[in-house]
Amino acid sequence: MSETAKPVLSDDHFTHSAGKQLGLYALAALGVLGGLMALLSFAVGGTGGGAGGGAIDSDNNSITITLRQEPPQLDSGRSTDAASFSVLGHVMEGLLSYDRAGQLIPGVAERWEIREDGATFWLRDNALWSDGKPVTADDFVFAWRRVVDPETGSQYAFITYPIKNAEAITNGDLPIQTLGVSAASDRQLEVTFEQATPYFDKLVAFITFLPAREEFFQSTNGRYAADADMLLYNGPYLLTDWVHGASMRWTKNPYYWNDEKGFLDEINVAYITTDVNAKLNLFKDAQIADTDLVAPMLPEAMERRWHIDRFMDGTVFFLEFNHREGRITKNKNFRRAMQLAQDPSELVYKVLKEAAYIPAESLFPSWIQGAGDLFRKQHPPTEHQMDIEKAREHLELARIELGLDAWPPIVLLTGDTPVSTLSAEYYQELFKRNLGLEVRIDLQTFKQRLAKMTSGEFDLVLSGWGPDYDDALTFGDLFSSWNLNNRGRYDSSEMDGYVRIAQSELDPVKRMQAFAEIQRLSYEDIVVLPMYERGWSFVVDPRLDGLIRRTVGPEVDYTYASIKRE
Amino acid sequence: MPSHPKAALDFSPVGTEREVQTLSRPSLSYWQDAWLRLKANRRALVSLFLVIGLLLFTLVGPWLWQVNPASQDLDQVSQPPGVDRSALVVDPYTPWLGGATAGTGLRLAEPATTQSVRLAWDALPSARGHRVYRNLFPVGPELAYGIPRAEFFDNSTLTFEDRLDIKPGTYYYTIVALNADGSLSRETSALTVDVQRVTTVAEARERGLVANEAALVPGDRVELALHPLGTDYLGRDMLARLMAGARVSLFIGIGAPLCFVLFGVFFGSVAGFIGGKTDQVMMRFADFVVALPFLLFMILFKIAFGIGPGESGVMPMLVALVLLMWPATARLVRGQILQIREQGYISASQLLGAKTHYLILRHMLPNTLGVVLVTLTFAIPSAIFTEAFLSFIGMGVAPPTPSWGSMSNEGIKTMLTTPHELIFPAALISTTVLAFNLLGDGLRDALDARMRNRE
Amino acid sequence: MWSFILKRLAQGVITVWFIATATFFAMHNVPGDPLLNDRAMTAAIRANVEAKYGLDKPVAEQYVIYLGNLIRGDFGISFTQENREVNDIIREHFPVSATLGILAVLFAAAGGVLWGALTALYRNRMPDYVIMFFVILGISVPSFVIAAVSQLMLVGVNSALGVTLLPVAGWGTLSHMLLPAMVLGLGTMAYLTRLMRSSMLEVISSDYVRTAKAKGLPAARIFTKHQLRNAILPVITVLGPSIAAITTGGFVVELVFAIPGLGRYFVQAVQQLDYTVIMGTTVFYGAFLVFMVIVVDVLYGLIDPRVRMQ
Repeated sequence: MSETAKPVLSDDHFTHSAGKQLGLYALAALGVLGGLMALLSFAVGGTGGGAGGGAIDSDNNSITITLRQEPPQLDSGRSTDAASFSVLGHVMEGLLSYDRAGQLIPGVAERWEIREDGATFWLRDNALWSDGKPVTADDFVFAWRRVVDPETGSQYAFITYPIKNAEAITNGDLPIQTLGVSAASDRQLEVTFEQATPYFDKLVAFITFLPAREEFFQSTNGRYAADADMLLYNGPYLLTDWVHGASMRWTKNPYYWNDEKGFLDEINVAYITTDVNAKLNLFKDAQIADTDLVAPMLPEAMERRWHIDRFMDGTVFFLEFNHREGRITKNKNFRRAMQLAQDPSELVYKVLKEAAYIPAESLFPSWIQGAGDLFRKQHPPTEHQMDIEKAREHLELARIELGLDAWPPIVLLTGDTPVSTLSAEYYQELFKRNLGLEVRIDLQTFKQRLAKMTSGEFDLVLSGWGPDYDDALTFGDLFSSWNLNNRGRYDSSEMDGYVRIAQSELDPVKRMQAFAEIQRLSYEDIVVLPMYERGWSFVVDPRLDGLIRRTVGPEVDYTYASIKRE
Repeated sequence: MPSHPKAALDFSPVGTEREVQTLSRPSLSYWQDAWLRLKANRRALVSLFLVIGLLLFTLVGPWLWQVNPASQDLDQVSQPPGVDRSALVVDPYTPWLGGATAGTGLRLAEPATTQSVRLAWDALPSARGHRVYRNLFPVGPELAYGIPRAEFFDNSTLTFEDRLDIKPGTYYYTIVALNADGSLSRETSALTVDVQRVTTVAEARERGLVANEAALVPGDRVELALHPLGTDYLGRDMLARLMAGARVSLFIGIGAPLCFVLFGVFFGSVAGFIGGKTDQVMMRFADFVVALPFLLFMILFKIAFGIGPGESGVMPMLVALVLLMWPATARLVRGQILQIREQGYISASQLLGAKTHYLILRHMLPNTLGVVLVTLTFAIPSAIFTEAFLSFIGMGVAPPTPSWGSMSNEGIKTMLTTPHELIFPAALISTTVLAFNLLGDGLRDALDARMRNRE
Repeated sequence: MWSFILKRLAQGVITVWFIATATFFAMHNVPGDPLLNDRAMTAAIRANVEAKYGLDKPVAEQYVIYLGNLIRGDFGISFTQENREVNDIIREHFPVSATLGILAVLFAAAGGVLWGALTALYRNRMPDYVIMFFVILGISVPSFVIAAVSQLMLVGVNSALGVTLLPVAGWGTLSHMLLPAMVLGLGTMAYLTRLMRSSMLEVISSDYVRTAKAKGLPAARIFTKHQLRNAILPVITVLGPSIAAITTGGFVVELVFAIPGLGRYFVQAVQQLDYTVIMGTTVFYGAFLVFMVIVVDVLYGLIDPRVRMQ
């Protein structure tokens, strides 16, 4: 007789015990995961950012901020980008510096003199490097020689060209010792000009002209500026704790001479990201002290009762024509048609909707200084009025001049940033509606767009220009025939003439007159179609005072910032 | 012995039977059976209808809703559906010269419209300049004035015209007096402004808003163009764009996976079946393809196919997707084949003299179908997402060609203020994905040989 | 076993060489100029910069130099981060991406297996519907939407609680890793759940399981030794490529959560045509992937005896 056979497992029973088994596995997995994460967090602890403290830490007199990207090059002689300029603007100081209002004030140089043939800078005694040794004129000589040295491969070498022999040295024709700069003594720097340069003081505040000490540079053995300890600092802050791509720490420089700058003890750059939404979330979470606001964020900012501010970042954006031979856009009537068919205010107010953008009325932005007052106040630009009827007339004239039966498609080259894409789509539809032209959008990444601009493969391109220094010439010489940045190859002897005057005329009134002519010519000859002057809306933690956003100079300036006393 | 009546029956001859078997119903082939089971699966049926619906939306829709997806209605930018569209007709905009205005204090020079808000004010005592702010909310004790609209550093300008993104509704303007150094003082003046929607005669004519165009004069009221699903950030009709975008997204989303899954199945089954050295080489090739940097080769293909300016870039993306995404399917199929190869019925078939291609086609492939179908239904959303991601970094379809992916992308930026720009394309993506998934589920169940009814 | 592994490793090296070569020539054929910048350069300055990067030599010679350096393990200096060697960049940033990727894959795998098995076991009952609903959400919402929305929700949670439950962005501690890893793994988890489910369903109705049940084996043992083990196979096959996809696809998550990972660097390098970084990262990723695939194949062989070494 068989014993009671084991009951056949019912499905439910089966499921039940399988479920239990799964549950056990789940717990085991959780445990393993947890352990693994703990382990990993030890391993990668060093790669992270310096968190903690939050946006404002009044106990330690420190704040937390973000950077848009990892600064690629802190060697001032070779630096080209805004992120590096931001950092260098806090940890280094040149001959001249900027005050709260954006005016030039003495930096390392106590006083200076600009003459027709050159300039002299007298350095102060108490300007020290972060190892305690004084900043001397030799440091500037060494740094500037490096900039023009072909071996260095500096892309901003051109900005030194007003100095005697600079261009020849960069071309490899002369040795670097022939550069028109020398140290008359430890405290006196002598500069000789290639030609009269009345705006040299504005120029010299630029990052490329920062000093560097020769023996320190040699001691770094090719790793100069590669890490925080591979640089000497003479600015309000020192760079400590640099975790590449992740975080940085700026600590107050005890050797810095100026009591009127550098009120915070520490600035913690804890996050590096380009994502504006991430920055906004960090700000909402009170982790960072300030952030930029783009148009979609403004309603929420208003709802949260934030104090919104704005500043012009100095850049002017325009539609650039291709003036090369054989291009449709070389025809003046065609350009006039396009000019009359558009109005930048519609782009800015209805499409881009950025509160800090201003429709551009001229090649020169609104903040440029003239002789004693704002340039555009003294020399108002030509009034622009959209006129579709006239535009169509000019278009017809152009068509006859060019001998075309119908208009071929026009190529609009643009970058891939959201604003450029938006503008491109807007213009495509606008020119179709008002002029019946077919505009094709050519979307390229940054480097590819530059390549196409340089080789002239476009009819129109969305382009812009930011100032290198606080003088109208940085915009004024853009369309001289010799300027390589004139990628549309606009060539006019009239324009060239005015630029030459602007470069060397010593009388400020006459000089501004030349710029006014450039402004007029660029409208009448339709060199470009100005679109907008860029600005940023931003919000600052209410506990922080003295944060400055600059049009020229480091874009965000914390050197005058301090935490409000409760 | 008595003779029994039954006994005679017991031994009567049985006779011969011709019909041994009768068919109770016709036998079902594999596919007929699958179709029956699919029909019985309600979820799969629903999803099938959804898919058909989407295809109709894409193909037939544009005939029914004939609005140009590229035309920009700049008076109705980022408009959610169902908004009041009535507008007053006025003269075209002319720049304001800011002349003298009647009244005192902060005031409007004329009624505020969506064309412009014209403010005038008297210089505040002790002001060395003024700043104009605009807010969506009334200013409270925190003194959050809103968006700065203009700064004037002396008292010579006491007028301002605001044209930035003016929508019908209420705005709260504040004038703040500036100190000598440009900083804000505590002196302010506030004004509540109600804005009315307006349009011009030219606009109304151009958009065909009225039947009797000749009789239209400023002062009349018109209804602005209807946009059933609202408009996007350039004032383009959402419904039209969604239909155009459907064509792009579905073409890539369905076309690319079909191609690369087919290729992957072919590749993987050959590799799995042949095995040995060939298998190794083929799988190494698959690894090689997977390791190629996706982005880089996308750019390369874009150039190789010569996307000129204005072309949409759909074909290069499709080709690139196919060329770069087939290895996953191949590996999966190969793994399945390796398993199936060891099954009994394969060796039995071989013993019966079956050729290789017969084995692959008749036995192995149908058995891998379940896994392949699941892969396919996941390849579709993956392809749609890849397209969206590429649009995110600017390597997607070129503007102004819309696709659901790029529309969702744009929609995210304004997620909190105008959610409709995100919800509609995202919902369509989700619906498509859902439909294909359920369909795939149903197909898998229907095609699974082991679940077959053999009646 | 060992000869198998060695053979695969040798093949792996060849694969990596293929990858390096293909990428090198692909990159040099992509239009655009890595040295171009906003400020145009005079011919002289450009010549100087080119010489510095060795771009003035013919392409074939550059390739040979490059391979030579590669063998010595020298990836060169980045074009955009001019003071950093590519080796350093990889060394400092890859561990971050890898950690994120591994965590995400582990979440995805553990979760996928768990949910998949659950839905198969409780087919057409409540747990099935609930889990499948979330799976559908997970696969139908794009990764950047999930990332953006989850960060937004976290901000809301933090402010509602008044305490920072999890940091909103950044990297460095355990709590920084949680949300990004979950977000990154979500899509794959959903996918693996479905895969596991389909695979499990097949196994549940298979003959050998029925036999095992009929034999009277304990339920737990059937489940573990037969069902789970067989059903997991397709999941493991897909795991290798998933890791690669996740590690490179982490770009969006790295961007949104401000994580200093290699994925973010890589995409930026492609946009800026930073040759050396592109090459170095590609070769590195390629080698990593090949290695992962070998590991997965070995694992596969261990788990499924039928497949072990043809």
